[in-house]
Amino acid sequence: MQGVCRHGVNVMNYYKSFLIKYAEIGIKGKNRHLFEEALVRQIKYALRKVAGSFSVSRTSGRIYVEAQTDFDFTDTVDALKAVFGIAGICPMVSMADEGFEKLSEAVVKFVSDVYFSQGGTVASGNSLTFKIAARRSRKNYPLDSMELNAKLGGIILDAFPSMKVDVHKPNIMIHVEIREKINLYSEIIPGPGGMPVGTNGKAMLLLSGGIDSPVAGYMIAKRGVKIDAVYFHAPPYTSDRAKQKVIDLAKTVSRFTGPVHLHIINFTDIQLYIYDQCPHEELTIIMRRYMMRIAEHIANETDCLGLITGESIGQVASQTLKSLAATNEVCTLPVYRPLIGFDKMEIVKLAEQIGTYETSIQPFEDCCTIFVAKHPVTKPNVKRINRSEEHLAERIDELVKRALENKEVVIVKL
Amino acid sequence: MEVYLDNSATTKCFPEAAELMKKVMCEDYGNPSSMHRKGIQAENYLRYAKNIIAHNLKVNEKELIFTSGGTEANNLALVGCAFANARAGRHLITTAIEHPAVGQTMNYLEQEGFRVTYLPVGKNGVINLSDLEQAINHDTILVSIMHTNNETGSLQPVIEAGLLIKKLNPQLIFHVDAVQGFCKYQIYPKRMNIDLLTVSGHKIHGPKGVGLLYADEKVKINPISFGGNQQRGLRSGTINVPGITGMAKAIEMQYPNMAGDIDKLYELKYYFSDALKRIPEVIINSPLDGNGAPHIVNASFIGIKSEVLLHALEEENIYVSAGSACSAGKTNHQSATLKAIGLNKEAIESAIRFSFSHYTTMAELNYTLQTMYDKIPMLRKYVRK
Repeated sequence: MQGVCRHGVNVMNYYKSFLIKYAEIGIKGKNRHLFEEALVRQIKYALRKVAGSFSVSRTSGRIYVEAQTDFDFTDTVDALKAVFGIAGICPMVSMADEGFEKLSEAVVKFVSDVYFSQGGTVASGNSLTFKIAARRSRKNYPLDSMELNAKLGGIILDAFPSMKVDVHKPNIMIHVEIREKINLYSEIIPGPGGMPVGTNGKAMLLLSGGIDSPVAGYMIAKRGVKIDAVYFHAPPYTSDRAKQKVIDLAKTVSRFTGPVHLHIINFTDIQLYIYDQCPHEELTIIMRRYMMRIAEHIANETDCLGLITGESIGQVASQTLKSLAATNEVCTLPVYRPLIGFDKMEIVKLAEQIGTYETSIQPFEDCCTIFVAKHPVTKPNVKRINRSEEHLAERIDELVKRALENKEVVIVKL
Repeated sequence: MEVYLDNSATTKCFPEAAELMKKVMCEDYGNPSSMHRKGIQAENYLRYAKNIIAHNLKVNEKELIFTSGGTEANNLALVGCAFANARAGRHLITTAIEHPAVGQTMNYLEQEGFRVTYLPVGKNGVINLSDLEQAINHDTILVSIMHTNNETGSLQPVIEAGLLIKKLNPQLIFHVDAVQGFCKYQIYPKRMNIDLLTVSGHKIHGPKGVGLLYADEKVKINPISFGGNQQRGLRSGTINVPGITGMAKAIEMQYPNMAGDIDKLYELKYYFSDALKRIPEVIINSPLDGNGAPHIVNASFIGIKSEVLLHALEEENIYVSAGSACSAGKTNHQSATLKAIGLNKEAIESAIRFSFSHYTTMAELNYTLQTMYDKIPMLRKYVRK
């Protein structure tokens, strides 16, 4: 949050552009341009609802966001903080090269505005260590970077008696980049990291109303994967509010992932048929196997390359290693379980960070719990489960087909 | 067919009331406190509304305090009176089955140092007058009894209670929360020894966001919110002219001739409850005699969670309530009323409230019954083992 809330309006107007530092794209070799283009696309998408108009450009290995009009600084930073692939957001002042004198004045004003003006970091009188990090990309500039560091450092020391140089562990870095224009920036607001969504294909998230699955979707999306989702509802046992809750969760996740196609499957008839035909303590595990089968079917139809679940070992009866093996067995697509080794508290913390927790804890029954046995199997025997499923042979294919035909698709976006 | 049987949660606004409100909002939108003509125009609506309401309730116009709804009216009545009369005593009496707008307010007053007696109810959901008589002592300053219970429709003996209270101590203040009973019954506070009466607009085919507290001019009452001193300082805030006008219109349309409507509603109620009784393992929780209001049937369908039956009916466009709509959506909530009338857990968890209005028809009830006959066997078959 550095530099966001603290600044008064005067400083907000002072910044007109941002340098975007990106995370792992830099190491992607020949595919680098693909990642950069995706990041530019995601940034543009994230900013489309922020007041103001922006240009997002990619020049010589850097991405700049420049405001073309008045804009809302805080909203802009918040939007950028939800774009995977961004490691840091640097509010920047960009100026034409009008000689060293003008540059020195600009640097002094910059330091004063950012760190010493009303609402700035440092109350006057407190000491602050700094380092100038000049970079001369335009080699015809008369001073080289060492000279720039030394000269500008001296000017800062003269202008702010409370500041001291520390080249090893400075409190603040003052970046001065000499390009076509001259860019000044100091603060780096951390981004979410990861890779731009859309650079690693698409996967299908099994989204329930719980705490875990939205977090699982977030984590896979963070690796650049586009997310679609499937939700199983069971009217009249689950309500429209439970469905709305899942749509709301998808919407919160879509802040990071972009638009999510949410496939809503009416699961009631399948569930009741399993209830009729199979041993009650196996109900949950067999239900989950059918959810995986249906999710895989939709995944294949929509070019998804894997399934994502919020499972974590041992959390509930259906998430023991044996249960996971039994549900895993029914599909051929890889199943990604990013939370597999997480404790509940760790998941809750992430859910709070991404903003899904408050929605997740709304108390609506979901279809997994309505008929759950008092003592569901925790160590299902796959052979026995398969035998139990033989009792479904008569109608299950037809029921699954009908559920898929009656599927509702909601495109969820912010 | 769409069947709305949740009229105790809220009702459809009369089109006549809505149209009048639109005119107030879009044309005659002045602030009645303004000095210019636009303000006077708005004030005329307020005059009209006060006149209608005072005339129908047979009270004085200046005894009407307009609020944001039933909850605020109850809060103002109880908190305002308790503090204004605390020197006379610090004991309050109410019933165990009040709406939370009274129940929770009483809890608050307990925290503020008042003592509160909660009168129990019998299986029919009605208090015993001898309990009331015994509860009243020299320290008692206020008695609050609801007219019609919002969950089962049980009617409290407010007329007898009023007589008893005033016989024991004419200074005792009698408050009646009539949110569910108003406009089903003609309530004349001055003839019923009622000092404070709570009414809500949206339960009587008027708009949401408006309510009324009748307060006898002799009753001492303190404001509970502060501001521009509108409504004699008892309820500051710009006057909600459209809401008040809409509510008055709804009262005007119903109050003068309700007797026939009540008979019609009772006919529907008894027809419906008789038919429900034919379904196995159904318990009717509402009184089916003179102790029950004509528009509420509460029934438990043993073995089916209320929420499931509610959503199953919703699939066929039939809208009912599980317990009280105010508390729907919260888990682990058990209705205080249903507990107080002695229902067990199974009956409470399977309770459904059907509440009728003047729009309800026999055909709608038959459709609802048929839907339940069709669905209940299936719903009973699939339960958590």
